[in-house]
Parts: sequence; C-alpha cells; structure tokens
Amino acid sequence: MGKTRIIAETGAGQHGVATATVCALFDIPCVIYMGAVDIARQQPNVFRMKLLGAEVRPVTSGAATLKDAMNEAMRDWVANVEDTYYLIGTVAGPHPYPLMVREFQKIIGEEAKEQMLKKEGRLPDSLIAAVGGGSNAIGLFYPFLDEPTVKITGVEAAGHGIDTPEHAASIGKGRPGVLHGSRTYLLQDDDGQITEAYSISAGLDYPGVGPEHSWLKDAGRVDYAPITDAEALDAFHKTTRHEGIIPALESSHAIAHALKVAGGLPKDHIILVSLSGRGDKDVDTVAKAMGTEL
Amino acid sequence: MTDTLKNNRIARRFAKLEAENRAALVVYLAASDPDAATATALMQALPEAGADIIELGMPFTDPMADGPAIQKAALRALKAGASMANTIAQVYAFRATDQDTPIILMGYYNPIDTYGVDRFAADAADAGVDGVIIVDVPPEEAEEIHPALARNGLAFICLATPTSDDARLPQILKYAGGFLYYVSILGITGTATAASDAVEAAVKRLKAHTDLPIAIGFGIKTPESAATMSRIADAAVVGSAVIEKLAASLDAKGNATEMLIPNVTAFVGELAKGVRGARRG
Repeated sequence: MGKTRIIAETGAGQHGVATATVCALFDIPCVIYMGAVDIARQQPNVFRMKLLGAEVRPVTSGAATLKDAMNEAMRDWVANVEDTYYLIGTVAGPHPYPLMVREFQKIIGEEAKEQMLKKEGRLPDSLIAAVGGGSNAIGLFYPFLDEPTVKITGVEAAGHGIDTPEHAASIGKGRPGVLHGSRTYLLQDDDGQITEAYSISAGLDYPGVGPEHSWLKDAGRVDYAPITDAEALDAFHKTTRHEGIIPALESSHAIAHALKVAGGLPKDHIILVSLSGRGDKDVDTVAKAMGTEL
Repeated sequence: MTDTLKNNRIARRFAKLEAENRAALVVYLAASDPDAATATALMQALPEAGADIIELGMPFTDPMADGPAIQKAALRALKAGASMANTIAQVYAFRATDQDTPIILMGYYNPIDTYGVDRFAADAADAGVDGVIIVDVPPEEAEEIHPALARNGLAFICLATPTSDDARLPQILKYAGGFLYYVSILGITGTATAASDAVEAAVKRLKAHTDLPIAIGFGIKTPESAATMSRIADAAVVGSAVIEKLAASLDAKGNATEMLIPNVTAFVGELAKGVRGARRG
C-alpha cells in the first residue's frame, strides 16, 4: 500500500499497545489518539505505548474518551492519507473496517470452538462477551452464529444504571443513527446530537457500537444485556480472589453477566466467557473505586 | 415544486457573477453561533458586507471534517440551544430580509436522519434553502437523501478532493447539483492552504468532467488567498477564518459583544474586495 506511518485510536489502551508493538517490530512511526480522560485512567498502557516508541496524542474535545479519539484519528487520516494507514481498533467506522476487523478478530471464536470441541466434545451452550465497539465480542460470536443451539449474549456497560444518564448501553438504550461512517445504534438526543457515554471501563465507554452488532440485535440472533459499574467491580474482585485471574474491567462486565445467569442454569450447561483483557491496567481505577490510592 | 425559483438562486447568482466577470465569495457561519439572535443578525448583514452565497452550518457534536474553529463554533451553538428547527428558523428570518442570496446548509447526516429526511427537505426548501452539503454522505449512500432533496428543488452539493481521481469523479458527479465543492487540501477545515498551481490543475481536471461551477474551500484564510482562488475557480469559500473573527469578538463568558457583527462584516468586506478585484481573463 506504500504507507509509511500508522495511526490508531484507543480507549483502554489495549489496541494502542498492540498497534505500537507492530510499529516497533517494523520500525514504522506510530501515533495513537487517546482521550485525555482515558489517558488518566489507563496510565500503565500509556506508558507501554511510549516504551514501544509510539507518540500518544491526548484528545480533549467532547468527553475526551474513545469517540473523540476516533474523531481526531479520522481528522489526522484525511490530512495524511497519502502516507498514513489508519488501523481502526474496533468493528466500527466506515466500510470495510467493520468487516476487516471482524475477519481478524474471528480467530478468537475459531480457536475457542476448536478447544471446546477438543476438551468437552461439544459446543458451548452459551457465549458471553463484553461489547463497547464490539470487536472481541464479534470475534468470539462470529464462528458460532450459524450454530442454532448456542445462545449468544453481548454485555453492554450500564455505568451507574441504564435509567440514569450515565451509561454506555448503545443497543439497550440508543436508537439507530449514523456516526463514523456506519448506521448503528447510538446514544443520542432528540435532535440527533451524540450524547456522551459513561462507563468505569475505558474500553466500553463509546456511544455507538459496531454495525454488525446492531444487525445481530435486530435479527434476533444475539441478546444484549446491561451490567453496571458496581456489578462489574464485584465480578472483578470475585475472579481475582477465586480464580487468581485479574480480569480487565471490560471483561469483568462479561463475567458479571455469567455470574448473574449461571445460578438459573443446569449443571451441565457450558458458558463460554470472553476474557478479553487482563486487569493490571485497571488496578488504579479499582483502587479508587474502593476508596484507596495506590 | 410549485415555486421553481426556489432552487434557481444558485444558478442565477453564478450567471450574474459571470456577467460581472468575477467569482463568488461564499461565507460560512454556524447556525446559532454564538446565539440564535446574533447569528441571525450576522447572517442578515453578510450580503451587504460582500458575501455572494451563504453556507449555514448545521451544528453537530462530532464534526469529523472540521478543524478546531468550526468544532468550537458547533459546541457554542449547541450550548446556546442550536437544533435543526432553530437552524431552519434562522433561514426563514434571513429570507424575510433577502430573497436573492443563495443559502446552502452544511453539516453531517445524523441530525438530518433524526429530523427525518423528507421533513428536512420539505422544511428547508420552504424556508428558502437552495442547496445542502452533507459531509458524511458519500455517493454510495446518496440514495438515502438525494431523491428527497430533488423532489423539493434542493441542490445536493458534493465534495471532491485531491484524491478524487478520474474514476471516482463521475460517481460523485452523478448526484452533484448547484456547484462542485473542491476541498483543495487533504485535511480538515481551517488548517493548511493549498498551492495555487496545484488547485489550478485540479480545477482544469474537474472542468473536464462537469459544467457545474467549481468552488474552492478548506484553507482559504486571507483576502489575498481568496483573490488567488477567485482567479482560478468560480467561487472561494471562507469558513474557519470568518469564525475566528467571530470567536475573537466574544467576551470572557463566550457571549457576543457589540463588536462582533462589525468585526466579522469588516473581514468579509476585505475578503469581498479580494474576490472582486480578481477579474478573470
């Protein structure tokens, strides 16, 4: 493609770190756009990106989170399209990005399916994954969409509750609109202005959602459920104490939903949960939520 | 479309300027920036100051193609209560004082989608709008809105950029009406300024594809660059530089001062002088 520079947006910083790693490997200049609010709450990932040689540009417009980082990355891209590749980090944006990112992410579902068949000899009964933009979720779901026995649930961040103004449940509480080149469920006001999303988790704090999730919702193939900050934090603590795994706050939303529904299911029901990231990056945020400082 | 003159203001204006052997000065401002009353009074003062065509921005929270000046204008306007209904009301108010100056609404698709495409086209046409620019509706999606605009006599004004090659241009021009808006730089509004020889070559290329007038925008900041572009193309669009004059005339709280309209119209007057002094061969 002849591109000599890579840019990306990031919310939690996971995609930024991944992009910075690729750029370090190939010695390509790398600029990561990240909301100033997210920079403050994801310091470990910001430092990782810098160690890898990336320039992290803080974005202060709007809510200074993922949506605004995406706006700034697009502005950079149109100005530098001749030498720059925009490596979008989620299944959102204009076509063909949602399709490309899904094709790359579907390795998650393909490997999970293979491992499950090998270990259990059958498909899981249900899948659960957290949905912000929705890349890890679509990656897990996609290879299972044509398996009618597998129930699939995407978990949206309900923040302080979906009946408060502070949440990121685009599918649960939004309505269809057009943003960043996709028609999809959006958090917006009565005049079509995009409203600010909120979640304790930087990776879920986005007022839209990948358009394929909107389609899966409308097609009735996938259910979308809300999990609040408090429920996610509870799952974070439980997973850490009982499993010895510190899950990312994003993934903690998926775990929380699994904990919520598991009690009502038969013993032999297999739930496959996407543990999409590790929580080392979130320990500051969790400490703050517990009322302590590190 | 009983009033066939509705959508002819643009063609009539370019015909008139052609007879005067000069290009058009297109001035952008955002509806309800910094408040509805000031924005309306400013808009009403623009033709007298020298604007030949007015582009009225429909404020949006996420103006992806715009630089800092217009981003801030949109946020000021939204804070002051901007809405699609208020934008259309501003056009009605303008038309009460001016029946001839073409008005182009410029913005992003989501507020139009929310308002309802048919309702938007009908209400905009009734208010006296002549054309619409929607930055995030590419030709691939033009069927979403082009038919409703056409039914109501509104021009769908399309954008071409330095990356719109000879294969892409016919797709863009399939829907284009009014004039063709050439984004002279790669990038967002109010940032870089294009080199005039590059723009001249681009205009020549565009003219081989279309008979529509060509307007140059994104990056014209001074009377001098407006004059230069006016020698090359049929219209020069100035947005961010005008908005910066407006922003510089706000008080510490962001409210309009009495100097706002005089400051902005004086700057538009200088731009107009540049455009009008640039007689063409």
